[in-house]
Amino acid sequence: MQRPALIVAAVALVCALLWVLTIPATVPASALPPHTPDIDNGRTMFNIGGCASCHATPNKDAEKVERTRLGGGLPLKSPFGTFYVPNISPDAADGIGGWSEADFVTALWKGTSPRGRHLFPAFPYTSYQHMKLADVRDLFAYLKTLPPVSGRARRHDLVFPFSVRRLVGIWKVLFLRGGPFRSDPSRSAQWNSGAYLVSGPGHCAECHSPRNFLGAIVADERFAGGPAPDGKGWVPNITPVGLQHWSKEDIAWSEKDIASFLDDGMNPAGDFAGGAMVETIRNTAKLDAADRAAIAAYIVSLPPREGPKPPPKK
Amino acid sequence: MIRTVFAVAAIALGVTAAIAQQDPIAARKALMKTNGDQGKIGAAMIKGEAPFDLDKAHKVFATFEDASAKASALFPENSIDQATADDPYSASPEIWQNLEDFKARLAKLGADAKAADASVKDLDSFKAAFGNIGKNDCGGCHEKYRLKKS
Repeated sequence: MQRPALIVAAVALVCALLWVLTIPATVPASALPPHTPDIDNGRTMFNIGGCASCHATPNKDAEKVERTRLGGGLPLKSPFGTFYVPNISPDAADGIGGWSEADFVTALWKGTSPRGRHLFPAFPYTSYQHMKLADVRDLFAYLKTLPPVSGRARRHDLVFPFSVRRLVGIWKVLFLRGGPFRSDPSRSAQWNSGAYLVSGPGHCAECHSPRNFLGAIVADERFAGGPAPDGKGWVPNITPVGLQHWSKEDIAWSEKDIASFLDDGMNPAGDFAGGAMVETIRNTAKLDAADRAAIAAYIVSLPPREGPKPPPKK
Repeated sequence: MIRTVFAVAAIALGVTAAIAQQDPIAARKALMKTNGDQGKIGAAMIKGEAPFDLDKAHKVFATFEDASAKASALFPENSIDQATADDPYSASPEIWQNLEDFKARLAKLGADAKAADASVKDLDSFKAAFGNIGKNDCGGCHEKYRLKKS
């Protein structure tokens, strides 16, 4: 063969391989056994999953947001451009009213849309992939009970090449690992419950970890804090490195401190949380006390990790 | 005699006002720090780390009420502050873009604290009132108007 033809063939082969590598994965309906939805559990998943914090129609005054009206539209700024959160109300035309159960499971577990396209990982399916099948299905059932809201969010405003959905397939090969949560039999039931809530629906690491230049969490600094994903401020280290030597008063957070913080926003210094955590606590305050206690039990057991240093104060 | 008293009071008020004018930033940080110290005392009682003391409970709410009354005057235009080496917190520019809402929140803190001061009688009523004020008044305002640098 001539040189140029060889090169063209090689390029074509690489493209074909990439194409195959990036085929969006789906979960077929046949993979879902019969299941009776538990709406109460769905509501719990909605609260711990924090769906309203991104998907509810925004309001300038955070306290006026109606958590059950999931019309989308919130802008999420990132280093890759601005994402506009979609409508996930049960509206048939503009929301997820036309979605099947398998579509919803596919979105949360595989990050793939019902039309078979990659969803951007601004939607934290890197965490939701660990959710139990029954929990995902209960959440779907709960969402369907909420009011339909009409109106689609605008399209994302992303910088090329991050705007090319197909390339997210490569990102997934690199960074979407793990699958459903596996409990640790050497640990207590409470610890396992907390580990599940934090790693799966709670998706705490998505804010509390630093990210690399491709926007993926740096695995060995998970939970060690970093710049807030939306660029506003710093999210603290919640491994013992951060929690045992917190603030200039060098306070140590106890398990009880964490659990009550997730209820009322009060930290061990008697001060009340500000910033994005207030929104998170709006969700965690709605959980059972046992769930908050389980989350706290897991958080205090995290391996101590040094994270990036926050920028120096002036 | 009475004129001397009035004169002294007027001077004291004037001096306080003058100091506040000179450094409203330091004055308001001091107020918030006092709130925080009382918050710590309240937190200890609620968490069961200190015995419940009705006088202390009253003092917590009285401090909040006093702080909210004074704070309103300590946010004049052009008094935007920055985080320092000692204090990672600062007032957000949002305050001056939403001055009415900000002052309304201060007033609400004052009203809630006053009501709590009048009605608190035991640990349970203290927990309820303190939690409500902390989450809604402190937390709500901090969410919107307080910045933290790391």
